[in-house]
Amino acid sequence: MKFSPTSKKSAFWLGYRDNIAFWLIVAPFGLLFGVVATEAGFSIYQTMIMTAFVVAGSSQFTALTLLHDDAPTFIILATSLAVNLRMAMYSAALVPHLGRAPLGTRALFAYFLVDQSYATSINIYTNNPEMTLSQKCKYFMGSFACLLPVWLISTLLGALLGTKIPPEYALDFAMPICFIALSAPMMRSLPHFVAALVSMIGTLVFISAPYSSGLLIAAFLAMISGVQTENWLKRRDKND
Amino acid sequence: MTDPLKIWIIIFFLGVGTYLIRFSFLGLVGNRQLPKWLIQHLNYVGVAVMPGLIIPFLVWPDATGGTLDAPRLLAAGAAFCVGIWKRSALWSVVAGISVLYFAMFIIN
Repeated sequence: MKFSPTSKKSAFWLGYRDNIAFWLIVAPFGLLFGVVATEAGFSIYQTMIMTAFVVAGSSQFTALTLLHDDAPTFIILATSLAVNLRMAMYSAALVPHLGRAPLGTRALFAYFLVDQSYATSINIYTNNPEMTLSQKCKYFMGSFACLLPVWLISTLLGALLGTKIPPEYALDFAMPICFIALSAPMMRSLPHFVAALVSMIGTLVFISAPYSSGLLIAAFLAMISGVQTENWLKRRDKND
Repeated sequence: MTDPLKIWIIIFFLGVGTYLIRFSFLGLVGNRQLPKWLIQHLNYVGVAVMPGLIIPFLVWPDATGGTLDAPRLLAAGAAFCVGIWKRSALWSVVAGISVLYFAMFIIN
């Protein structure tokens, strides 16, 4: 996407427009979170405060899953936060572009640094080196002005509907499908497949590890296997 | 029913922790770069956590009393294949849910 500084459309609306397609993902995901949270025993207040305060769907689902397994608080927090570690990468990647913005602006941006606004912003910044700092900031604001209301409203709808949905609809399986949907597009290469496989086998092997720590152990091993496979492939290519 | 205090504690610390992760480099570290080995490992966080999270639901679904269930396995397979093929979370969800309902309708 080319950005033209002379165009009348402001950077804010451009950021807004580029994220509209994600309504199709954010809305069902929010709806589902509302439903699953209510079924897990969350009140509407708890559901809404969590969704507005955390704004990270996959970690919220992770926390619900482990709560359901009656895991200890510490393990729930460690595992859910591990899911969000990728955002440290996003944060680092945006520094060259937004690092000179005032601290208050950066603090606000950090609140809504989600997969979609990161992906669209970094794409337009990289393709348009002539963008000014102010245009970059407006674009980012546009992206979250587009997504945040949809996320909140859809979660609220889900929480209100929640308990009215009968068990025949197999909503127990909506959450696993959501996680498959989020992780399948990430399977870009052999190392990603290896990591996913180690993660699944590891979870089953360590299923009765103390304090529900099995997933954490499996994820740790999976990350190492992914990196080792990547390094092995690189070495093999060099030797060819 | 889960203890409400436990829920509030999780909401609070997950919110604060997630915010600190997002704020980290943008807010505090400034222009310094992450060590390369760390970035390399962080690349795999998603595929390292999510499949492990899913697998117990597949192998021991609560709704069936913990036995393997054909519609759920088929749905998971469909969501996975379409997700890889289309590179899209949306199509993956649509495929998974359609196959789940269709298979439950046929089998039950």
